[in-house]
Amino acid sequence: MKENISIEVSNLSKHYGKFKAVDEITFDVKKGEIFGFLGANGAGKSTAMKMLCGLLGPTSGEGTVAGFDIYKQSEQIKKNIGYMSQKFSLYNDLTVLENMIFYGGIYGLSRKYIKEKTTTLLKELGFDDKLGTMVSSLPLGWKQKISFTLAHIHNPAIVFLDEPTGGVDPVTRRDFWEMIYKAAEGGTTVFVTTHYMDEAEYCDRISMMVDGQIHGLGSPAELKKQFESTNMDEVFIKLARPNEKV
Amino acid sequence: MKRFNAFVLKEFYHIMRDWQTLLILIGMPVAQILLFGFAISNEIREVSISFVDQDNSRYSREIRQKIDASNYFKEGVEIYDTQEVESYFRKGEIKMAIVVPEGFAEQLVNEGNGQLQVIIDASDPNTASLLSNYIQAIVQSYLDEFNRGAKPPFFIEVRSELVYNPELKGAYLFVPGTISVIMMLISAMMTSISITREKELGTMEVLLATPMSPVQVVLAKVVPYLLLAFFNAVVVLLMGYFIFDVPVNGSVPLLLAEMLLFIVTSLALGIFISSITSSQQVALMISLMGLMLPTILLSGFIFPVENMPLPLQVISNIVPAKWFLLIIKGIMIKGQGIAFFWKETLILLGFTLFFVVLSIKKFKIRLS
Amino acid sequence: MKVLFFILEKEFRQIFRNKAMLPIIFVIPVVQLMILSFAVDYEIKNLKLTVVDADRGVYSRKLTEKFTASGYFHLLEYTSDNEEAANLMHGWKTDVILVIPNGFDKDLMNDEVPLVQLRMDAVDGTKAGMAAGYSQAIIRDFIFELVGEEMISMNKQPEFLYKGEVIPINYYNPYMNYKVYMVPGILAILVTMVGAFLSSMNIVREKELGTIEQINVTPIARYQFILGKTIPFWVIGLFEFSIGLVVARLVFDIHVEGSLFVLYFFTSIYLFLILGFGLLISTVTATQQQAMFISWFFLVIFLLMGGLFTPVENMPDWAQKFTYVNPVRFFIEVLRGIMLKGAGFTDLLNQFMLISGYAILLIWFAVRRYKKVDN
Repeated sequence: MKENISIEVSNLSKHYGKFKAVDEITFDVKKGEIFGFLGANGAGKSTAMKMLCGLLGPTSGEGTVAGFDIYKQSEQIKKNIGYMSQKFSLYNDLTVLENMIFYGGIYGLSRKYIKEKTTTLLKELGFDDKLGTMVSSLPLGWKQKISFTLAHIHNPAIVFLDEPTGGVDPVTRRDFWEMIYKAAEGGTTVFVTTHYMDEAEYCDRISMMVDGQIHGLGSPAELKKQFESTNMDEVFIKLARPNEKV
Repeated sequence: MKRFNAFVLKEFYHIMRDWQTLLILIGMPVAQILLFGFAISNEIREVSISFVDQDNSRYSREIRQKIDASNYFKEGVEIYDTQEVESYFRKGEIKMAIVVPEGFAEQLVNEGNGQLQVIIDASDPNTASLLSNYIQAIVQSYLDEFNRGAKPPFFIEVRSELVYNPELKGAYLFVPGTISVIMMLISAMMTSISITREKELGTMEVLLATPMSPVQVVLAKVVPYLLLAFFNAVVVLLMGYFIFDVPVNGSVPLLLAEMLLFIVTSLALGIFISSITSSQQVALMISLMGLMLPTILLSGFIFPVENMPLPLQVISNIVPAKWFLLIIKGIMIKGQGIAFFWKETLILLGFTLFFVVLSIKKFKIRLS
Repeated sequence: MKVLFFILEKEFRQIFRNKAMLPIIFVIPVVQLMILSFAVDYEIKNLKLTVVDADRGVYSRKLTEKFTASGYFHLLEYTSDNEEAANLMHGWKTDVILVIPNGFDKDLMNDEVPLVQLRMDAVDGTKAGMAAGYSQAIIRDFIFELVGEEMISMNKQPEFLYKGEVIPINYYNPYMNYKVYMVPGILAILVTMVGAFLSSMNIVREKELGTIEQINVTPIARYQFILGKTIPFWVIGLFEFSIGLVVARLVFDIHVEGSLFVLYFFTSIYLFLILGFGLLISTVTATQQQAMFISWFFLVIFLLMGGLFTPVENMPDWAQKFTYVNPVRFFIEVLRGIMLKGAGFTDLLNQFMLISGYAILLIWFAVRRYKKVDN
């Protein structure tokens, strides 16, 4: 395995009958990188991510995550990753701290450590007074931030974020990306799917998915150059609708 | 009206799409009726017994033969000592031991009165008394063969007539009973769940934001269940008629009208339940635990209400199925007309009104 | 092991935080045990009797008295109008009509055989059958009494009659109290219902809410997850069972004849069986509604075929074979055996094998069916 590679995928596919949700994708992600996975709704982003997290079995192709094989070592992978799903993943009927203790506990962390870590992380967000608050009474933006905190409470090598900023306001989205940067600075690899093209600019590298295939891969600057566009929106439209004139 | 129809259609799509639930809703009453008709029985048959013959006379041996020849009993383990009986009871291997004591024949011949003992596992007292009655009857009919020719000084001939159900068919009870349970459960449970589901998922607010009035929204939700419950009831009715010969002696239109009324009562109850809860889980548990058992047990479906202690008889009055059962049995089996159950009909109407008013009140409180 | 502890903590918190469900879990079953046990009774008392007495003689009155003194009947109407009696029966007012013909007294005294009619409302066949049995026994007694009186007054020996007397010795339930029999059965049903419904809705609820995905990306082991979902309901089930035993003791005066240890041993294993059943349903369904309906369907069939109201032995052979896959049947047998008959472990070996066999099978299936990776 190459020293600085965190995710490596070649010819990975997922078929549902004749429908190819993910069609022979190949890419790699370096350690500490923020890797954006972009595409329209239904392009296969979530499916690809679920295969990497061990939630979904691939049809064919190969891949390693954190050095572990996605077929045979999915439980090893799970020890080394954090995941924030598109659906809301906290328990509404538990408090913030109780949610943290539950998930942290599954990763084998001690109660004391979880409490300290959660307090520190939430203090940074200016949110430490809400430890005992029931999740159901929090606004959506805060729930998302807490879900993210929860996804890397156990210091995983990689965090997978599946459309983490869906439905929140622009200010919260900026806050959220600051959290992502901070995590990446700490050496965590961040793998994020989104369909907000402005967010693509925040990523180190991005891959553009169209109908299950990767049609573009590189840094935002490279992609803009390659597709002769001034912003990512244009890149996206050129890729998704190649026959339309911009 | 067009808008209303569209809403009803939407509900239908929901129901049809979830075919597992639909299958259960339609299969349930059919399975129940078949089980009641072919599997479940109050009649004892081939009960395992032991015969302890301490007399070993002509009489005791012949009694044993008579008992063995009946369909009710079959001999299980051989027992010589009555002390052993209990250990077989505990294992559940036999239900009864018949003991003919030494000197039975002598007593019979000299005094005309022979005593035998039956040791019975009476943990089920109902079966226990049936068993001892059957043995009594077999023994007496055997002894009556010797009595032939002897003429008692007095005699009364008894002619028994079983009115309405000469063959004592169980179906006369379980067909109307199943109809009422099924209608109550489908109507009350399904409406309460489907309304709370929309509340839980937040789609109720969307519906209420449309130009439909809240009453229309709720009505549109219940219409499909009304039809489904009605369909089910008719299926059971037809099965009763064709498979178990349960007649409809009274007026069929009247029967259908009363069935409709009971469905409406149940729907109103379902709407009421959904107006006091907001989670599916609670609605389901209330419907199942709070409706199913009382509807089966307190309505007179299996156990006659008159046998219950007074407080329960009072409670049974608030079980709508109790009143409906009186109506439906009256029409189907006795061929009664409305004159016999106008009171029950009014009570069902009263229940309906009560639930509707309460739900509207609850609803208004939430809106304001 | 530590991981399991964290899961349990979370499950218990969620259960006890749900204020609407708590009374449903803990109060309703107990109330039902009390109410339903009183409701369930086959013994027929208070049959409503109408006597159509066309004779109005000494003996016809005596016969009527004999009926009312038996305790089974209470006299609703004493009339000579047949029509009226028939109308009463048509409107559910009377259960039994006894028709005593004109000339009853005279016939009886003159060695003639008077004909008495009994008309039973037979819509409820069981009730009618019992009413007929009681009535015939009463009339028989009436004749024997007359014979006795006659023997004394005329000082003559009537012709010899053979009479067999069956003396029942009733074990386990000497007062023939039906509640004693029903309470353990209803307790079995309630434990089954609570266990099956709660567990079947549990995993599926996490599916519906989406939280299951978050759990599936963790390194949690399948057995840890299933155990974490089972143990809380197992504890609740045992607790509920204990309350039921207390109610049985205090309200119905039912003492456990056998060993409490054996009783709890069986209940513990049975609860795993039922929870495994619920979890299996929960892994094959997508919504709480479906889970609820499927468990409801099975429970109703289990209940009807479990020997609660009607003995399994009465069923035809094919149906009896079918009950071998009905765990409720065996649990009812176990509870009744231990509580009423004092059955010990060796007496219930068959039930033990079946219950633990099914428990292992169902849990194994549930663990197999619960997949962290979706193919």
